[in-house]
Amino acid sequence: MSLDRSDVEKIAHLARLALDENQVEGYAAELSNILALVEQLEAADTDTIEPMAHPLHMAQRLREDQVTEPDCRAQNQAVAPLVENVLYLVPKVIE
Amino acid sequence: MHKKTIVELAAGLKAGEFSSVELTSHFLDRIERLDGNINALITTTAEQALAEAAAADEKLKAGDAGPLTGIPIVQKDIFCTQGVKTSCGSKMLDNFVSPYDATVVAKLKQAGVVSLGKANMDEFAMGSSNETSFYGNVHNPWDNERVPGGSSGGSAAAVAARMAAAATGTDTGGSIRQPAALCGITGLKPTYGRISRFGMIAFASSLDQAGPMTASAEDAALMLQAMAGFDPRDSTSADHPVPDYSASLNDSLAGLKIGLPKEYFGEGLDGDVRASIDAALEVYKGLGAELVEISLPNSAMAVPTYYVVAPAECSSNLSRFDGARFGYRCENPKDLEDLYKRSRGEGFGAEVKRRIMIGTYALSAGYYDAYYLKAQKTRHLISDDFKQAFEQVDVIMGPATPAPAFKLGEKTDDPVTMYLNDIYTIAANLAGLPGLSMPVQPVNGLPVGLQLIGNYFAEARLLNVAHKFQQETGWHRLIPEGLD
Repeated sequence: MSLDRSDVEKIAHLARLALDENQVEGYAAELSNILALVEQLEAADTDTIEPMAHPLHMAQRLREDQVTEPDCRAQNQAVAPLVENVLYLVPKVIE
Repeated sequence: MHKKTIVELAAGLKAGEFSSVELTSHFLDRIERLDGNINALITTTAEQALAEAAAADEKLKAGDAGPLTGIPIVQKDIFCTQGVKTSCGSKMLDNFVSPYDATVVAKLKQAGVVSLGKANMDEFAMGSSNETSFYGNVHNPWDNERVPGGSSGGSAAAVAARMAAAATGTDTGGSIRQPAALCGITGLKPTYGRISRFGMIAFASSLDQAGPMTASAEDAALMLQAMAGFDPRDSTSADHPVPDYSASLNDSLAGLKIGLPKEYFGEGLDGDVRASIDAALEVYKGLGAELVEISLPNSAMAVPTYYVVAPAECSSNLSRFDGARFGYRCENPKDLEDLYKRSRGEGFGAEVKRRIMIGTYALSAGYYDAYYLKAQKTRHLISDDFKQAFEQVDVIMGPATPAPAFKLGEKTDDPVTMYLNDIYTIAANLAGLPGLSMPVQPVNGLPVGLQLIGNYFAEARLLNVAHKFQQETGWHRLIPEGLD
């Protein structure tokens, strides 16, 4: 699968990544090379193989629905870019 | 003092030959003197280190010391350290001072280690040469023109240059074993889930595993002892008993069956590296082990499988870096989408962007079955190869890397060339198996790593097999010229 400029722009939008205009072609070439590597997988016969999601085939552990974490809001918000009245501030979403 | 292993340093501390404050000052002096040329550390925490050393000396005096009390180490900058900058090698987290400690950091503190600082690394652990770090290249202590490997390149270089007695690392596709090999130290990637991932900044959650990077297998056993164990805060932590990793170090290797995968000794392996590996295997024969040729028929699928699974998981994990709650935020965002896009576009480097985009593409509508589902199936094939191999042999051996350390800039033009450096290490991550690299006979003054792969939770066996070799040979004692 070879990606062109518009493919990369679409993927970058899905990933919410701003790319420099003059780097898009370079990414298209590099990502196409990586996909060519990945496409070697097509050679493997996997018709009867189950997908493997976890190396130890562990079931998801469950715990009691209880509050175990202390309140760390002050410490966590101390490293936030912009906070007001304990709320994280971002540009206005709804007019 | 810096030439000593942890075991020897601990004996010196207990006997009162030197204090932890003296030892810590000695390593801090070496960092000050040597790290300008190596760049192994992003942050040095001298004041905090000396305070921790003083506390360790109190414990030593009170006779309340463990085997790691007062031992100076460095933490890979992927581990959250409370009150200390935790950058993960990225501009995205250049301003991030962690509000909490990773479990690994807390456990090592509990064991009494002294933290000298935070080690340089490839950005978000994505790289095999440490050249993707926002904080500049790390230089291999054996040859400053060459890479230390990656992503735990700063950790490996710090230990190789004896600027710390040991380091922590993480390994998603070889990031402990490959730099350990290129820098001539011992690096252990334990079984997936053996060490908690809590507070270890996530790259690919089904592959990431922390481990020790040390001067010897004996030291790795002590570090692993302190780091391993079940952690309820990590939902994939293994609830499996932790044995005494030092107890079996000297067990006999008579009758040990060593599997040599023919796929790891074929085309692409440097001839001199091959000769060093063969010489090491002769040592094992002398120790009573039996060499058995085996096959891991799906080996060629490992790198392509990894470059679907790891980017897919990374694209999901790194979505948390959005400029809203912590980390880098762009200037004057005009709306929310602009905030996300520019914060991420400006905060991430090129390799991280490439992997996020590959992952996003592989998981996008219409492509999921062809890429992600297919890769999960080939992952199963790779895992089954090992399962069958371990029915015949006790441990698998081969080279850790196809060649010794390459030159800075040599492989940065083509990502795929760089990826192929991890050709021998990636499969153990996909299968979740423990792997270790340790130095064997160097080639033209550059270290060569022998890789050992064990069965699930067989870390004690791997350390035993490595330790017996190190008792016999002493390659692990070599220190780069000018740094002794």
